[in-house]
Amino acid sequence: MKKVLILFAHPKFEKSRANAALIERLKDKAHVTFHDLYEHYPNFHINVQHEQELLVQHDVIIWHHPLYWYSSPAILKQWKDLVLEFNWAYGPNGKVLHNKTIFNVITTGGSRDVYCSEGYNTFTINEFLRPFEQTANLCGMRYLPPFTVMGTHNLSDADLLNYANQYEQLIDLLQGDFNASRLSNCFFLNDLEILTV
Amino acid sequence: MSGSLLFEAIVFLAGAIICVSLAKRLGLSSVIGYLLAGVLIGPYVFGFIGEEGEDIMHFAEFGVVVMLFLIGLEIEPKNFWNMRKSILGMGGIQVGLTVALTYVFFAVLGYQWQVALTVGMAVALSSTAIALQTIKEKGLMNTTFGSSSFSILLFQDIIVIVMIGALPLLSNTSNSEGAEASHATTTLIEGLPIGLQTLAIILSVVVIVVAGKFLIVPVLRKVAKTGVRELLIAAAFLIVFGISYLMEFVGLSPALGAFLGGVVLSTSEFKHELESTLEPFKNLLLGLFFMAVGASINFVVIAKSPLTIGGILIAIIVIKALVLFITGRIFKLKLDQNVLLAFSLAQVGEFAFVLLSFAFQLNILSQEQMDIMLVVTAVSMSLTPILALVNERLILPKIGTKESVKRPMDHIAKSQKVILVGFGHFGSTVGRFLRSHGVEATILDFDSNRVDFLRKMGFEVYYGDATRLDLLESAGIAEAKLLICATNKVSVAKSISKIVKEKYPHVELMVRTKNRYDAYELLNLDVNNIYRETLDTSLALASDALHKLGFRKYTLNRQVHNFIKYDEASLRRLASEPKRDNDYIFKARKEVEQQEKLLENDFKRGIVAYDNHWDSEHIRKILENPNSNS
Repeated sequence: MKKVLILFAHPKFEKSRANAALIERLKDKAHVTFHDLYEHYPNFHINVQHEQELLVQHDVIIWHHPLYWYSSPAILKQWKDLVLEFNWAYGPNGKVLHNKTIFNVITTGGSRDVYCSEGYNTFTINEFLRPFEQTANLCGMRYLPPFTVMGTHNLSDADLLNYANQYEQLIDLLQGDFNASRLSNCFFLNDLEILTV
Repeated sequence: MSGSLLFEAIVFLAGAIICVSLAKRLGLSSVIGYLLAGVLIGPYVFGFIGEEGEDIMHFAEFGVVVMLFLIGLEIEPKNFWNMRKSILGMGGIQVGLTVALTYVFFAVLGYQWQVALTVGMAVALSSTAIALQTIKEKGLMNTTFGSSSFSILLFQDIIVIVMIGALPLLSNTSNSEGAEASHATTTLIEGLPIGLQTLAIILSVVVIVVAGKFLIVPVLRKVAKTGVRELLIAAAFLIVFGISYLMEFVGLSPALGAFLGGVVLSTSEFKHELESTLEPFKNLLLGLFFMAVGASINFVVIAKSPLTIGGILIAIIVIKALVLFITGRIFKLKLDQNVLLAFSLAQVGEFAFVLLSFAFQLNILSQEQMDIMLVVTAVSMSLTPILALVNERLILPKIGTKESVKRPMDHIAKSQKVILVGFGHFGSTVGRFLRSHGVEATILDFDSNRVDFLRKMGFEVYYGDATRLDLLESAGIAEAKLLICATNKVSVAKSISKIVKEKYPHVELMVRTKNRYDAYELLNLDVNNIYRETLDTSLALASDALHKLGFRKYTLNRQVHNFIKYDEASLRRLASEPKRDNDYIFKARKEVEQQEKLLENDFKRGIVAYDNHWDSEHIRKILENPNSNS
């Protein structure tokens, strides 16, 4: 069974209803490591060696965060800057992360329809996530489309429970032998037919 | 003018004060002032001081001994060993060549070969007192010129023993007996075979080294523990007197012994304490010495044969300067450094007085020859500062390749000096962290047990009371960038802050305090870097406690910093308030209320006021009810 690492970044987790729901049942799930970056590194003093060891030990990495100003909260950038070292994650000898799977799990206040060329955010979520995609590419990782929970302000508790179920199913799926060809007609991982809504 | 002791003291002190302050006012070296004072109070001008001048000179030579002890303190054994080549090389060439050239000069003038050789030896020796005092006064000790001068002078200090030993060989045997008898009583090694003499010399050096390590330092620790300050002064003098006595007893130069003693103690924790204790005494004794030199210039002899004396004087200075210049050339000194060397060691030194009078006792020199040479010696010493002045004002500016006194340091840690006062639990943590970044602070502590222990651990810790300006000065406060006051005694922190703010305002003060009340006083002394020991730790604990109750760490972290910010601001506001007790308490209470209110507000608005961006609930509320202003 593949091991999953959730790199979770939320500066105010205690105030996030959506993320509380998403995370709740994953915290104690077998072969899933929930790693709360803001709680671990309140001073942004990231332990690079520990983070690299975690990456080595896992097969599927998830950047789980709210979308702030079209990107991740600051600590995830700090994490990337420090942990993905030259000649470790990329560069001539940087092959440690090769063939691992990685993707973003995003929560946004705005609904899906504001993130397109006609919406007021002009670009799609996938376009905003390009830096993450290219980071994965450079590190030789397989980058999947994001799993998104959008319009959180208007979601009922039942809606959130649904998303939480989907998230868990997705992780179950990835822990087995996942066929990448299923992604061909996916814009978000939410669109996978196999996930029951 | 046998006068009372008090009267003599008054004459000397008044002469010194008047002439030295006059010389300083004119921008001249203090040495000139002392020499002038000597001439004025001497037998030929005002006549306050007569024959007793020589006794005073003998006493004042002790200033040279103290000076060499202090110089030794600044040279660690390792550096001393590194200097061995320049001591032997430069010193050997200088003394050898000078003796040879002077000998030729006097032989050509028709003097007997014994006379020429004796004078040659006397002339080869320069004045440690004048040269080093001038070099130190100008702060040039760390230049190549300074260390070269020092090497040569040190070699002369050693070689003079050989010269004194050799003089009797030059005299006619029939006359030498009486003279030798008069000397044999004072020294131990004379008359011994050469091998035993060498052994005695080596043995006495070993005694100094061993005593320094295993006797002097432990005794100093005991003395320090009593906390009686004047005992330490007494101990410092006991060390110097003791070494001098030992050296005179075996027939070595006391100055040389004192130097060795200094080197041995240079790695001990008492280095700075000894320095600051002896420094003022050294300067006064040297001043006395220079005055005695001035007083000993025999103007009657000069008046009798001014041309002979003038000729010999000029010839000797030229020969000495030339030899020094050649020596400097051989050792590849830069031109400006070399010229400085040639000028500052061109005089005939105080050892000449000893050699010449000894040679007179041995009937090598006639009364007239001795008188002339004594005058030449005294005048050449008096001329040194004047020559240096000529060099400085007229020659050096034309050379231009001036070596900067402070060599560029290649590392931030070395060029930026830090003094750390107090090395308890707090200070040692500070020191360890600085050290882990290559910053070696000069540490001062008042607990001799701890100093001893920490030195064994490899820290550079010195014993001493840091509220004394002179100790701070010898620890190098003039060049320091930071002074960190980590002592737990608030009164000490306050007096250090006062002193440093007043005397060395360029030094940045960083002070540990206990609580806000001490902080107020320090703020009012204009100390801005204040570290309340109770603040960070208590908040760290409180923050961890809240974390254990379920609060998020990152939020707590931000909140702790907010709290510190509020607290610092209120601290500074309150410090500027005038202190009337009732009013003060009232204000303090108001501040606390205000702080509570601020925090309460934050809590209502979502713990940290300006972190709303991250709070989706907050945004949701506004979206639901856009007109409300939460």
